[in-house]
Amino acid sequence: MNSVVCISHVPDTESRIKVTGNKIDETGLKFIVSPYDEFALEEAIRLKEKSGGDVTVLTFGPDRAQQCLREALARGATKALHVKGEVSDADSLGIAKVLAAAIKSVPHDVVFLGKQGVGTDNGLVGPMVAELLGYPQVNVITHLEIGDGKLVAHREIEGAEEVLEALTPAIVTAQKGLNEPRYASLKGIMAAKKIVIDVKSLADLGLDEGDVFQQRVVVVAMEMPAEKSGGRKIDGSDPNAAAQEIIKYIKEEAKAL
Amino acid sequence: MPGVLVFTEIKDGKLKKASREALSIGRQLAEAAGGDLVAFASDAAAAEEAGRYGAKKVYVAAIPAYTTEAYTAALTQVVNDVQPSVLLFAGTSNGRDLAPRVAARVNVGVASDVDRLEWLNGKLRARRPVYSGKAFATVEVTGTPAIATTRPNAFPAEEVGGGAAEVVNVSADAADRVKVVETKVPEAGELSVAEADIIVSGGRGLKEAANFSYIRDLAHAIGGAVGASRATVDAGWIDHQHQVGQTGRVVSPNLYIAAGVSGAIQHLAGMSSSKHIVAINKDPEAPIFRVADLGVVGDLFQILPVLTEEVKKAKAH
Repeated sequence: MNSVVCISHVPDTESRIKVTGNKIDETGLKFIVSPYDEFALEEAIRLKEKSGGDVTVLTFGPDRAQQCLREALARGATKALHVKGEVSDADSLGIAKVLAAAIKSVPHDVVFLGKQGVGTDNGLVGPMVAELLGYPQVNVITHLEIGDGKLVAHREIEGAEEVLEALTPAIVTAQKGLNEPRYASLKGIMAAKKIVIDVKSLADLGLDEGDVFQQRVVVVAMEMPAEKSGGRKIDGSDPNAAAQEIIKYIKEEAKAL
Repeated sequence: MPGVLVFTEIKDGKLKKASREALSIGRQLAEAAGGDLVAFASDAAAAEEAGRYGAKKVYVAAIPAYTTEAYTAALTQVVNDVQPSVLLFAGTSNGRDLAPRVAARVNVGVASDVDRLEWLNGKLRARRPVYSGKAFATVEVTGTPAIATTRPNAFPAEEVGGGAAEVVNVSADAADRVKVVETKVPEAGELSVAEADIIVSGGRGLKEAANFSYIRDLAHAIGGAVGASRATVDAGWIDHQHQVGQTGRVVSPNLYIAAGVSGAIQHLAGMSSSKHIVAINKDPEAPIFRVADLGVVGDLFQILPVLTEEVKKAKAH
């Protein structure tokens, strides 16, 4: 059973974000494997441990993005493919076109992604890749079993969970709760150093740069949220008085009672 | 000429609140862009309600259970027939699943999870929170149709009192390589944080899993959803469905009550766009107080039970 895991390299969720022009300022930011992609990766590694095959990690990004491929190899991925390009200049459909073309070049039965890239928070790329490859998709999964030619996955929906059966090859996107991602072992880190990352350009994949970077969604401005002034702070040492104050606020200002 | 097409969903025979919100902003965009507001639904039962929200027509594809491919085929067919300038989806689980698939099929982009929308100089302009609300991006969507998914609770649902929308049946094929085997509803009647108007959240200050009962009791009394900080989810006190923050749900309810939540940057990013925020924390320096409209420095174990009783009393009147 072979799988491909698409991972993205994003600013650490603890980062304070600054804006320059229409982009965030990358200076001094620490980059990590996007948290949802970690669940995707872990699931693919467990699948390999159970049924054999390769786990190819794939990223589209600048040179720094190779760090996330190294991290994934250290955890147990067996191959890595880096498609070079300024990913922040492409929109979700542009990114999906790159990933779809790259996935086609690698043998696979199932393709994993995180349910969204943390930061850009679009949640678009997975279904777009599925459409471009003509595959079924199961989004936002919290449980997965893969059998011969089909998979069963649990999909999180509002206040409930759907159990879905899909034919493979298919695209699945991972939600938190799918598994508990492992840390890289020292042995894994050493082994990963011996693996050569396959580097491809957009042209190598037969992609047209004009199409990839067309930007069907154009960022025209980026701004920080208005600083909230902070409201009233009261002493709650008397629970009855505090509860009354809260009730008054809920009734009069939130109008929720 | 149809200006705006809105994908709507029905639950218990009625339009979902998020769908009514999408119709309402859709109607405003249709007025600005010039053209009608029309809707897509899986059941003709939507026609009357959609009409009240200003829809002139409802395209009905009778596919009972949502599956991606069947809905993509039916909706894309309507898009090709109707040629709308704008296509909106409410940002529900199904809306988020379907919008990118349809967009890729017609080769256009999507502005996702937007909290503001306007029609400006012949283009759709949207504002969307990025980095979970640590910054806001204003985007322009080129291509036809211009597609966006709307954040639940960000747009008011407004009835305009139109008559029932005209039903147009669309041929539909329910064949799909993915099928729904079962739908599991864990706790009956539990509200989802994604769509709730009121959220009561608990954090590490609850000290242990069993104490989430303080949060549940208040949420139940006030008719809200139960939220949780990442620390409590990571500790296994509560299921991830409840997590509010950067790796959980980003929410904008009318009222957010945080008890024992210190307010890590992760959490603040996910809830600071709530319209009214009440925080209860015993640490006066807790960062949650920076975003709270009403901050109460005190012991949640003493205050919450009294508050829950007071809410019950107020509700009984």
